[in-house]
Amino acid sequence: MSLLLDTFTILAVLAGLFFFAAGTAGLLRFPDTSSRLHALTKADNLGLGLIVLGLLPQMGGVLPALKLLVIWGLALLAGATVGPLIARLARQEDAPP
Amino acid sequence: MSDLLQIAALVVLVTVAGGLLRILRGPGVADRVMAAQLLGTGGIAVLLLSSVATGAPALLDAALTLALLAAFAAVALVMTAPGRGGRR
Amino acid sequence: MTGLLADLLIGAAILALAAGTVTARSAFTATAFFIAYGLLLALAWVRLGAVDIALTEAAISAGLSGLLLLGAASRLAACPVAEERAPGPVLKALIGLCCAAVSAAVGYAILSLPEPAPSLAEEAMAHLSVTALGNPVAGVLMSYRALDTLLEAAVVVLAVIGVWSLAPAGGWGGVPGPIHPRIEQGPLALLARLLPPIGIVVAFHILWVGSYAPGGKFQAAAILAAMWLLAWLAGLATPPRISSRRLRLAISAGTGLFLAIGMFGVLAEGAFLAYPPALTKALMLAVEFALAGSIAVALALLVMGPPEPEDRA
Repeated sequence: MSLLLDTFTILAVLAGLFFFAAGTAGLLRFPDTSSRLHALTKADNLGLGLIVLGLLPQMGGVLPALKLLVIWGLALLAGATVGPLIARLARQEDAPP
Repeated sequence: MSDLLQIAALVVLVTVAGGLLRILRGPGVADRVMAAQLLGTGGIAVLLLSSVATGAPALLDAALTLALLAAFAAVALVMTAPGRGGRR
Repeated sequence: MTGLLADLLIGAAILALAAGTVTARSAFTATAFFIAYGLLLALAWVRLGAVDIALTEAAISAGLSGLLLLGAASRLAACPVAEERAPGPVLKALIGLCCAAVSAAVGYAILSLPEPAPSLAEEAMAHLSVTALGNPVAGVLMSYRALDTLLEAAVVVLAVIGVWSLAPAGGWGGVPGPIHPRIEQGPLALLARLLPPIGIVVAFHILWVGSYAPGGKFQAAAILAAMWLLAWLAGLATPPRISSRRLRLAISAGTGLFLAIGMFGVLAEGAFLAYPPALTKALMLAVEFALAGSIAVALALLVMGPPEPEDRA
């Protein structure tokens, strides 16, 4: 059982790392601000989410696991509200003054 | 397992440090805010991974604080960004 | 091996961000760098095993100082008098020389530290049980060096008075800081309504665990202040006028209670700030809670800034 859970952890964390790397690559390589924002939200939501998912079986208790989920929830909430704000800011910047 | 998670934390750190180039390069204010946001999320991921890897539950509280304050910092950056009627 | 790599990476990134902060052309960019710098510094403190300081760093320098500097930047942009005259080459060289001299002196001091560094950590741990606290940092702050903590709390109160005394003519007694238009809809209105209740719970958690694990009043106060400031930025919470007696009482209550308990020590135990053994934990908790509230209000007011003249608002 523990081997199964450990394998799950490793796979989920690896997937999370992939999304972090992809998000960063997008942030660096994509040509315009909107595409870069799109890349960033992948790292934010999926990267952290998969790492949280992978770490859940390793927490050794329900309460620490819940705390982990709360942290992810906060990051989601922040990402969901800051994303549109950044997009609006980018539109204002593109518009001629 | 602990070693693997520490390596994972290092990998997140590397990608986030790569994202910092976006703060350096800009060009726009929005890009800089994005890079700061990525740094916050990456910092949370690093803290969570090291918390499990080193068995330090206090790092979870640090991640919780960072999650709250990173959201606050991103909002503060957007709200006071030049271009919202201010000077560039 | 991973540890060494992580240390090198964090160190290099911190240096790069520091250089970016100093060389950035606009004040806003410099502040964006500074916020990122604070976040990385928090990770560096974690690597050094100082989670208490990492928490403070994440809360104060990445969050509150960021907004403070951003506010300063937009205030500077608004008044053309502050447009700087670029310093001449002689002055620049002189500034560079002074900075280099200070850096060299600090570097020399660090390199000439005795090895291993002298430490009182063992003694602090040996007597920790007397304080009824499990977190050695809290023990040092609240018991061994309570006088320092009292003075720090008093400094925060003085800082608020200092900021208020910068109020321009016609501003004294008014509402502190610029007034933000009320945002009723959209993502910011949602965040400003959802995040503060969660933040208040987290702040109490950080305050409560502070007695046996990393955390405590300064970190909790910074989170509380950030939540108030978030609602303020969205125009949902208007701070009271600085002439309000209740506001002034809230700022000074923590330091006042700490001082009163210190004087109680003189009467009960014969020394300032000496806690009677039976009451140690209760008194320290009372001070922690009162200080957390007062420091939260004070930190938020420091970030909001002095009141502005009524007619302009």
